[in-house]
Amino acid sequence: MNGAEAILQCLKSEGVEVVFGYPGGQVIPLYDALHKVDIRHVLVRNEQGAAFMAGGYARATGKVGVAFATSGPGATNLVTGIADAHMDSIPVVFITGQVPHPMIGRDSFQEADVTGITLPIVKHSYLVQTVEELPWVLHEAFHIARSGRPGPVLVDVPKDIQVAKLTVPLEVASERLRGPSSGLDIDSAQLDAAAEVINASAQPTLYVGGGSLNAAAELRAFAEKTGIPVTWTLMGKGAFPEDHPLSVGMLGMHGAAYANYAITRCDTMIVLGARFDDRVTGKLATFNPEARVVHIDIDAAELGKNRIPTAPVQGDVAAALRALTVRCEPRDRSAWAKRVTDWKESFPLVAHKAMDTGEIRPQHLLDKLTQATAGRAIVATDVGQHQMWTAQFYHPAEPRLFLTSGGLGTMGFGLPAAIGAWFACPEKEVWLVTGDGSIQMNIQELAVAVIEKVPLRIMLINNGYLGMVRQWQELFFERNYSETWLHTVPNGSEVISPDFCRLMEAYGGQARRVTADADVEAAIDWAREVDGPVLLEFVVHEEENVWPMVPAGGDTGKPILEPEGGE
Amino acid sequence: MSAHNSNTECSGRPHTVSVLVENRPGVLTRVAGLFARRGYNIDSLAVAATSDPAISRMTAVVRAADEMVLQQICKQVGKLVDVISVNDHTDEAVVARELALVKVNCDENNRAEVIQIITVFRARTVDIADGEMVIEVTGAREKIDAMLRLLDKYGILEMARTGEVILARGLQPT
Repeated sequence: MNGAEAILQCLKSEGVEVVFGYPGGQVIPLYDALHKVDIRHVLVRNEQGAAFMAGGYARATGKVGVAFATSGPGATNLVTGIADAHMDSIPVVFITGQVPHPMIGRDSFQEADVTGITLPIVKHSYLVQTVEELPWVLHEAFHIARSGRPGPVLVDVPKDIQVAKLTVPLEVASERLRGPSSGLDIDSAQLDAAAEVINASAQPTLYVGGGSLNAAAELRAFAEKTGIPVTWTLMGKGAFPEDHPLSVGMLGMHGAAYANYAITRCDTMIVLGARFDDRVTGKLATFNPEARVVHIDIDAAELGKNRIPTAPVQGDVAAALRALTVRCEPRDRSAWAKRVTDWKESFPLVAHKAMDTGEIRPQHLLDKLTQATAGRAIVATDVGQHQMWTAQFYHPAEPRLFLTSGGLGTMGFGLPAAIGAWFACPEKEVWLVTGDGSIQMNIQELAVAVIEKVPLRIMLINNGYLGMVRQWQELFFERNYSETWLHTVPNGSEVISPDFCRLMEAYGGQARRVTADADVEAAIDWAREVDGPVLLEFVVHEEENVWPMVPAGGDTGKPILEPEGGE
Repeated sequence: MSAHNSNTECSGRPHTVSVLVENRPGVLTRVAGLFARRGYNIDSLAVAATSDPAISRMTAVVRAADEMVLQQICKQVGKLVDVISVNDHTDEAVVARELALVKVNCDENNRAEVIQIITVFRARTVDIADGEMVIEVTGAREKIDAMLRLLDKYGILEMARTGEVILARGLQPT
């Protein structure tokens, strides 16, 4: 067995079913061995697509995603996807080819120091030195990627290692694998202190982040026993049922006003697997500085990074919630819950219906998507206004149905992430909600959707603009729409490019353009019936804004509400 | 080795942090890169293998505005897979030493005066040439700083400092 075969055998024993990748000079041995194992390989069209497909696979399942790329440009094309996985704590193992050891450091053809380039954006990385260490490296890479706070791990394998004969066993004793602890063994003094703070609180609010996606049942049990209202971050969306009486809404810059009121006016915030990101807190100093803070996170470094907790709890969120549910008393918090509900009624999020002209308003599309799918579809988004509207108006029925690039905010994430999610969950209905800007950043992956017969439904919300930047230009830069017009919708006699429907058809998929609100429902129904990938292009009102809004660095407790009577 | 981050004000008092790491390729870059990326200021960083060649000790003198920043530094470094342990020994009983080589501007007229000063600091002359003298001094950082202040008026031509290394006193591990 050579190194390349050993890599694939190790992947197999780690339970890998599908790998996303792109061949090249320094991974030819790896690709030569590929078909000797029962692992499906999805050939992408740009390595960045592989990185996001692996990320989408991991986000939809919590399992480790895997991407392959060659050395040099193949590896550097992964970088954005690695950074994306790092920011959102997504478990992905990236395996790159490298020039042979004797060539390293000589500026060889297609040589790039990818372990160096990615050092700040990986959980860990390896430049494999000997074929003997290969099995240990790979098993440890998977262990590190998935344990503790998950994250990306890069394994850079020089070509000479891939062709070298392996004489050591593939199995590695688990004691040899380094990595963070499971977080299941939680300091009971910390739990007692946290319970004391919670029990003493009359007006607490839960602040639920991406680290809670594996703790949905525990979260529900805890919230129901204690009667504490639940708010969530963009990454925490789906951890708590949005139709539950204790469900409040999403926090932050484009969160619901009532959710932001509930977190900035509570006396105690209970933070679960979240990191006080600036898109949630706005200006930290005004983010409810009086509140006591119970902060539960598996990563000790998050406790006190941005906000000093009153009661830090280091550990797995599910395990901590189980322990806290035992320790916390039921308490009548109905007066507080009523205040939150009143805010909800006074400052609602409104999914606007059509314009008077019959033009489509984008919020309405997401409302319709929730109705059509009953929130049971996986919905991946790209980044921008459509992402925020999806976060506001698509209501997933369970965790891991809403997939979005939260921390890095990567345009081009959505299409490959949706494809990756379908490979993870082929039994599920999968939608991509994207914009005319974002989809062009990785549009080449449409070929993968067609060739691999991925029944992906694309809702392309086309307003002709890089809408989120245009919104900031409108609000903060005196409507100076500098370089945000994309020429994707008719505007006088200007050139339109591309024609998304013809483009989709050229790739081999089906497409339909919808310009009237009256046709929205029928179009969504049609897309749900079609076999294979399908694109719905919704041409919408161009200057629609996302409301409410907390300006960057602003006071989360004082969001700007939508101007009276819409815009 | 010294790595300064110009973006952050060099504020706060120095703390000595001892980091045991697995002696693997790139481990120094990982730790130093983390300091730079998170905006922590390193005054000095001394690295070498321990009695176990598979393990190296990195002793960093860092500046932290407050206890929270120092804790962050230790927690972030502690998350690196190759890091075995991180210990902050500020205000603890430790033996702390640094070595400096100092090339001082001096001639036959003031050489005796310089030697008199450095003798008080138990420093040694290791090289003398026309117009300069190289002094070797070992001790706590403050002692070296004090000697440098006194030598300043003669003109320090060049200097190399190792950065502080420490060991905890008694049986407590560093």
